[in-house]
Amino acid sequence: MIHLERRPQPSRLWTATTPLIAVVLTMIVGGTMFAALGTDPFEAIRTIFWDPLFNTQFAGFTRPQLLVKAGPLILIAIGLSIGFRAGIWNIGAEGQYIMGAICGAAAGLALYPSESPLIFPLMILAGGLGGWAWAAIPAVLKTRFGTNEILVSLMLVYVAENVLASVSSGLLRNPEGMGFPGSRNFKEWDAAHNAEIVAGTGMHWGVVFAFIAVIAAYVLLTRHIQGFNIRLTGEAPRAARFSGVNPARIIFLCLGISGALAGLAGLFEVTGPAGQISIDFNSGYGFTAIIVAFLGRLNPIGILLAGLLMALTYIGGELAQLMLGLPGASIQLFQGMLLFFLLATDVFTNYRVRFGRSEVA
Amino acid sequence: MDLSAINPVLLVASVMVSATPILLAAIGEMVVEKSGVLNLGVEGMMITGAVVGFAVAVNSTSPGLGFVAAALAGALLSLSFGFLTQYLLSNQVATGLGLTLVGLGLSSLIGKPYEGMKTATLPKLDIPVLSDLPVVGRMLFSHDIMVYLSLALVAAVWAFLKYTRAGLILRAVGESHDSAHALGYKVVRVRLLAILFGGACAGLGGAYLSLVRVPQWTEGITAGAGWIALAIVVFASWRAGRVAVGAYLFGGITVLQLNLQAAGAAVPVALLSASPYLITILVLVIISARGMHGAPASLGRPFHAST
Amino acid sequence: MADNLLSLRGLTKAYPGVIANDDVSFDIRHGEIHALLGENGAGKSTLVKMIYGLVKPDKGEMTFDGVPFAPAKPSDARSAGVAMVFQHFSLFEALDVAENVALGMENPPKPGDLARQIREVSETYGLPLDPTRTVGTLSAGERQRVEIIRCLLQDPRLLIMDEPTSVLTPQEVEILFKTLRKLKAEGTSILYISHKLEEIRSLCDHATILRLGQKVATCTPAETTARELAEMMVGASFSAPEAKPHSPGEVALKVDGLSLPAPGAFGTPLRDVSFELCAGEVLGIGGVAGNGQDELLAALSGERLAPAASVWLGPRDVSREGPIARRDAGLLSAPEERLGHAAAPNMSLIENAVLTGARRQGMLNNGMIQWGTARGFAEQVIRTFDVRTPGPGTAARALSGGNLQKYVIGREILQAPEVLVVNQPTWGVDAAAAAAIRQALLDLASQGAAILCISQDLDELMEISDRFGALNEGRLSAIRPVAGLSIDQIGLMMGGAHDMEVAHV
Repeated sequence: MIHLERRPQPSRLWTATTPLIAVVLTMIVGGTMFAALGTDPFEAIRTIFWDPLFNTQFAGFTRPQLLVKAGPLILIAIGLSIGFRAGIWNIGAEGQYIMGAICGAAAGLALYPSESPLIFPLMILAGGLGGWAWAAIPAVLKTRFGTNEILVSLMLVYVAENVLASVSSGLLRNPEGMGFPGSRNFKEWDAAHNAEIVAGTGMHWGVVFAFIAVIAAYVLLTRHIQGFNIRLTGEAPRAARFSGVNPARIIFLCLGISGALAGLAGLFEVTGPAGQISIDFNSGYGFTAIIVAFLGRLNPIGILLAGLLMALTYIGGELAQLMLGLPGASIQLFQGMLLFFLLATDVFTNYRVRFGRSEVA
Repeated sequence: MDLSAINPVLLVASVMVSATPILLAAIGEMVVEKSGVLNLGVEGMMITGAVVGFAVAVNSTSPGLGFVAAALAGALLSLSFGFLTQYLLSNQVATGLGLTLVGLGLSSLIGKPYEGMKTATLPKLDIPVLSDLPVVGRMLFSHDIMVYLSLALVAAVWAFLKYTRAGLILRAVGESHDSAHALGYKVVRVRLLAILFGGACAGLGGAYLSLVRVPQWTEGITAGAGWIALAIVVFASWRAGRVAVGAYLFGGITVLQLNLQAAGAAVPVALLSASPYLITILVLVIISARGMHGAPASLGRPFHAST
Repeated sequence: MADNLLSLRGLTKAYPGVIANDDVSFDIRHGEIHALLGENGAGKSTLVKMIYGLVKPDKGEMTFDGVPFAPAKPSDARSAGVAMVFQHFSLFEALDVAENVALGMENPPKPGDLARQIREVSETYGLPLDPTRTVGTLSAGERQRVEIIRCLLQDPRLLIMDEPTSVLTPQEVEILFKTLRKLKAEGTSILYISHKLEEIRSLCDHATILRLGQKVATCTPAETTARELAEMMVGASFSAPEAKPHSPGEVALKVDGLSLPAPGAFGTPLRDVSFELCAGEVLGIGGVAGNGQDELLAALSGERLAPAASVWLGPRDVSREGPIARRDAGLLSAPEERLGHAAAPNMSLIENAVLTGARRQGMLNNGMIQWGTARGFAEQVIRTFDVRTPGPGTAARALSGGNLQKYVIGREILQAPEVLVVNQPTWGVDAAAAAAIRQALLDLASQGAAILCISQDLDELMEISDRFGALNEGRLSAIRPVAGLSIDQIGLMMGGAHDMEVAHV
């Protein structure tokens, strides 16, 4: 019989190694799945994890994509992780991401065709505010009425998608677009274009903000009293109240930060890689970022690495789709499995596995 | 706007059809939550049920077999959640979210070849005599068997929880797993069974979407129905009867907004399509403002028998 | 050995790092009340869990009525005739009395019959109870009746009672003892677990004393003095705390007509609580658990804001101020629940020092935590209060109950409070640590701090308090000097108007 025994304190070794074990397990099970789909598993794994970075033929094209995809994932996941640390489950980042993009784009488009250098900063501000405001809805409802933030933030994703559908064929539609849905293309408007900062690296302003967010979150969580209060609220809500932490303030802080960061990610995406507001410019980053946050152990540095890894699976997945004809959805499943295995192996962080007679359970 | 285009008889009949998938998922989730487990993976189990049910129905040309397969698929997926949360003591919120993500990926992988296909759907059961009644006959008594089964399931769950010893034990486990353990009840086993039941119900609900309601397979077919089922459990204060009321109310809103769209109501389409979600939020607010009455005391708390 | 109902031979149970029971043997006779005596951690509950089938012994055997007895699960034990009244964790607050009783029975009768049986048994044994009431609305004493009746309905041959009187007023204890003596007269054996020596001397026929997992002795308590029992239990004599003579100063804390609604469905409202606490004084607040102790602490610590002008710190009205402002003003507190309330279980002792000491101990600089200062303070607490831990980086949950309690109380005492409010400062703590904590509280008072000690341990309150009051259903009795209080008077103060005799049926 196998049974679990609670460790006196969480194991640091396992905290660091479980993500790696989860990755390996996912590769094994994923490989088996690919084999079942009739693809050589080793080739598939290589195509996903190795080729995007090192293949002589197309790494030059795919490598910059790494930062392009990792930027929004890290930015959103950092925000989510701060909330998760406090036990506040914002799972509607996708909606905040969409609303940030819409608000930022709208602020810019209102001033079209100005070439003022203030346009882009204004759009960034509006994008952050848009995401913040969308996340403030569950915050207000939770603090005023005790409404569950998980369900509200998620419902608001569907609302945001409807808003997106509406504005991309209405309010923000390109007047010169011959009636097609979708806004003006920001790539053709220098003042509002989130262009590559260093050509050929994929580094755009969203990536810069992501790095800043990683550092800021690290300082917040390890050094600042508000970060301590956030962690305390997640670890022991009653102890936090005893300490003097105002729970409503923590809720607003966490949802506000995660909403604003998601909104920023949306704005950078729509003005850069996506180029325009269109009905399907969002690509599920808001949901994948949940996996990134957990895979990174809700730790800023971990999230940085996890974001890069997850970006790699995106690019590798596209590559595998192209080269090997693997279905696109298999990557989505691959990412979901990664989270599952991580949660499964997490047990070793807090428990020791003992072999032998177990107590009556 | 031409409201006369809305036929009240058809309206009520389609409310029943549109409520059934959510009702199935919600009644299952209610049992899970009654045992003290919060499974946020309803959406993932539902959509897996939808795709598996559809695929099996297409291949076997038997929608009945499709429903059976969907229930099994939902239960199987929920078993992974049960294993992680009950044996490996993982965080229930995170695991439930993970289950949804896995389910979404899995379903679009399985479903790819089935997009755009057609399948045989469940026949309408015209209940003798009753279905011949004027107006109410077509409204209430000429549906497919799953509509009636789902309502029967609600009654069965109600009776199970209220009158049987097993139901009492399930509630006891959800109220205080420590007390239940001290009295010698198998907390983990009870919860696993509840989780399996919830998974099977969610699978059935998903299959109802792809086999009857739509009826075909499209990616993301559930469109948040699983999450709405979770909201309905809260709305219902964990009571079986109110779950049915909640699901039918929600079904009503969905059908009404579709009818209003079709009738060309002078309301923006985006607002109409978003209305089910907005109204769900509104209902959640009203319920929570009143206080979370009836929530099982151990809901979402992990249990580890440390003797 | 025909007159033995249950015989234990060489029972041994080890957990990683600790031997809970080491070769324990004793006998319980037919129709006797047998005491199991020992400190917290002596191995009493593990032993009982083995008899009740919750834990399997590593070694040793039991015979029940001459037949080998090795219950694999509680239902085996129950069907053999063993019933148990738990100290904690066996009632379901949201379910009604009849449902709770049914859950503890192997083959419960139909609901209608069960309700009738509950009424009958409760009348027979003088334990009135309404089967349709929700358990969450019952008092602690009434909840215990639910457990006892649940056991009695199964006609047990051995009834195990785990610390049954810790939740009762002295008057309720008398009623319970009458019930137990009646059961004994009918031939039921009772295993009575306690660390209250006087109770055991007046009630029990034999006593088995455990210390550190081993049996020390089996004796006849009526022929043994309380002091002898105590020394067998503790293993050494220890010094009782000494109060230094002091004269109370000015009023440091004044609570004036404090009323607060119940915090949740099963909480207790505070009703018009008033008292004054002077510098240098220890005021003891007694009462049965669940009569507003947690609520009073929360209202004083600032976790729940009180109506204006109801809590005064010296001349200052702090009623509407939160915990941080109250701490700044010198009002510190330590709640009952160590893990999760007074301390965050998964956080280190250093981080737990920040929890309440951040501002008073200068750990903050523009909102940035000075971890060096925090570590220094944590180390100071560990040193001063002899907290046994590998180091300040250890997680709070890794400490034993007594050590964590010393840390939590020490953390507040070292911040030199003007007023300190503690709830159950020595609950679940071994005798030596308890004595150290009490001494530290007395020393703090002698330095001029005002101390409010909320506790369910009457002996503790009598030992350290200058004055005494009791909470009952959220009301505070009149405050009286401890000197000259009789046990009857204390009982009446604790019982309020809510006596067993007039209990609602």
